[in-house]
Amino acid sequence: MEVPILKQGDFLIATLQAALSDEDLTNLRDALVDRVGKARSRGVIVDVTALDVMDSFAARTLRALAHMVKLRGAETVIVGIQPEVAFSMVQLGLTLEEVKTALDLEEGLSLLGLTTKGAGSGGRGRRSHTI
Amino acid sequence: MEDGVVVPIRSDRDIIIARHEGRRIAAEIGFSGSDLTLIATAISELARNILKFAAIGEIVVTAVQNTPRRGISIAAKDEGPGIADIPLAMKDGYSTSFGLGLGLPGTKRIMDEFNIKSGVGQGTIVIVKKWLPLQ
Amino acid sequence: MANKQVLTKSPPAFQESTAALLRELVSHLRQNRTQLRQEWARRITEAKLLTAMTQEEIFTEATAVYDNYVEALETGTFEALTAYARNLSERIIPRGVETHEVVGIVLLLRDVLARSLFAKYQHDFAFLNQILDAYEPAANRIANTVAVGFVQERERTIRQQQEAIRELSTPVLQVRERLLILPIIGVIDPQRARQLTEQLLRGIRTNRAKVVVIDITGVAAMDSNVANNLVQTVEASRLLGATVIVTGLSPEIAQTLVTIGVDLGKMNTIGDLQGGIEEAERLLGYKVALDLEATHPS
Repeated sequence: MEVPILKQGDFLIATLQAALSDEDLTNLRDALVDRVGKARSRGVIVDVTALDVMDSFAARTLRALAHMVKLRGAETVIVGIQPEVAFSMVQLGLTLEEVKTALDLEEGLSLLGLTTKGAGSGGRGRRSHTI
Repeated sequence: MEDGVVVPIRSDRDIIIARHEGRRIAAEIGFSGSDLTLIATAISELARNILKFAAIGEIVVTAVQNTPRRGISIAAKDEGPGIADIPLAMKDGYSTSFGLGLGLPGTKRIMDEFNIKSGVGQGTIVIVKKWLPLQ
Repeated sequence: MANKQVLTKSPPAFQESTAALLRELVSHLRQNRTQLRQEWARRITEAKLLTAMTQEEIFTEATAVYDNYVEALETGTFEALTAYARNLSERIIPRGVETHEVVGIVLLLRDVLARSLFAKYQHDFAFLNQILDAYEPAANRIANTVAVGFVQERERTIRQQQEAIRELSTPVLQVRERLLILPIIGVIDPQRARQLTEQLLRGIRTNRAKVVVIDITGVAAMDSNVANNLVQTVEASRLLGATVIVTGLSPEIAQTLVTIGVDLGKMNTIGDLQGGIEEAERLLGYKVALDLEATHPS
C-alpha cells in the first residue's frame, strides 16, 4: 500500500492510513527523504490522524525520518496523534523526543512556517515551546 | 461470542491482522476507548518481537473469565532462539537489536498481567492479560 | 432433565423421585399462589422491609418474584430469575432499597413456602422430609441468585456514581482561546490519574489548545506515582502539540521528587496559578505574533 505524498509549496505532506505494514512505513520514509532532496522542500508533515496504534517500530521509523530529513535541511512535524494513541505511547515509553509534533495539519503548517522562516527566528532556546 | 482466535505471525502484514483481531475481540468483550488502543499496541509489540527474533510464531487472543471479572488474554508464542536473560530483557532500555528496545517492559506497563516463559533454544511464550473494570 | 441441574451428586433413582417431588411442590405453590403471596407481602410489611415502597408496589413485585421463583423451581433454569433480579434491582436501588432488605424478603419467602409445606404434609413426616430435601437446595440457589444479582447491580451503580463524581471534580476549563486550565484537587489514585489524562487530552483536541496550565496546589499527596503520572500527562500533551505549564509545585516537593528519581526536567514549572496563566498568555501572545509574521511577511 503506497502512501501518497502531496506537495504544498515548500512542504511535503504524507497522510498515513490505519493499516500500514512495517514495509509500507519504511518505504514511505525512504520516499519522503528522497523527495525532500529532489524538491528541496523546507518541511515535511506526516499526518497520523488515521493511525490507530503507534508502536515502537512506528515511533522508531518516524524518528529516523525526522533525522534523515533534517540532514537534507528540512524539518519534520508529526500531526494528528489521537488522544488514545498519545496515552498508550507515553505508557509504553515512546515519547518521540526531538521530533516536532502538532495537533493537526493546520497547526503543523503553521509550525513549519515559523521554524523554516530563516534561521534563528522564533522561539529557539525556549525549552517550554514546542516551536 | 467466540472464545478466541489464533493469528499466525510470518510477515509484517500479520501484525496488522493480529492487531485487528485483538481489537475486535476486545471490543466484543466490552473494552472501550483507550483500552482498545492499549491492547492493540501490546499485540503489535509482541507480534513484532516474534518476527524480529523468531521469524515465525503465533498470537492467540482469547476471552477470559475470573468471575466476576471478564478480560482478554494475549499469548505470543514462538519456537525461536529464546531469551537468555529474562530480567535483563525486562529492564527498560535493553535491546539486542537496533531501536528503542522498549517492547517487553512497556508492554508489561500497559497490561494488567504479564507472564513470560523462555529459555535458550526453548522458544518463548509471553502471556499478557487485561481485565475489564467491574460493571 | 432440567431438574437435575438443581441437585448435585444424587443417585439416579433418587433424582427421579426428586423430580416428582419438585413437580408436587410446584403444583402446591401454584394452587396456593394467591394465599401465599398475600402471606409473604404481609410478613414483608410486618418486618418493616421495603419501606421505600407502597403496599401496591410491594404486592406487584412480590407477585413477580413469586412467579419467577416457582418457574425456577419448575424448570431448574435460572436465566429468567437472574434477568428479573437485575431488572428489579435497577428499579429499586434508586428508591433507596438496601441489600439487607432484599436478602430479608427472599428469606421470608423461603420461610413462608416452607411453613406452607409443613402445614400441608404434617400428617406424613416421611413425605414432608422428602419434599423439604428436594426444596432446600433449590430454594437456597434461588435466594442466592436474587441476592447476588442485587448486590452486583448495587456495586455497579456505586461505581457509576463514583465515576460521575470524579468527572465533575476534574474539570478541564477553557479560559481563553487555545488555553486550558486543569486545577487538580484532592486524592489522585491511579484510576483518577488516568481519567484526568484522558480528559485533558480529549480537551486539548476539542479546544485545539496550545497551552495547558495544570495546577497541583490542591493535590492531597504528591508521591512518585502521582509525579510520574504528571510527567506522562505532560509528554502526552506535547504529542498533541500542546505545551504544559505546571503550577503549584513547591520547591521543597520538587526537590524531593528529583531526589527519588522523578525526571522533572521536561516540565515547565511555575510557582503559582496566576503566574502560570500569565506565562501561558505570554506564550500564546508570542506565538500569535509569530503566526502573524509567518503568514503576513512584511
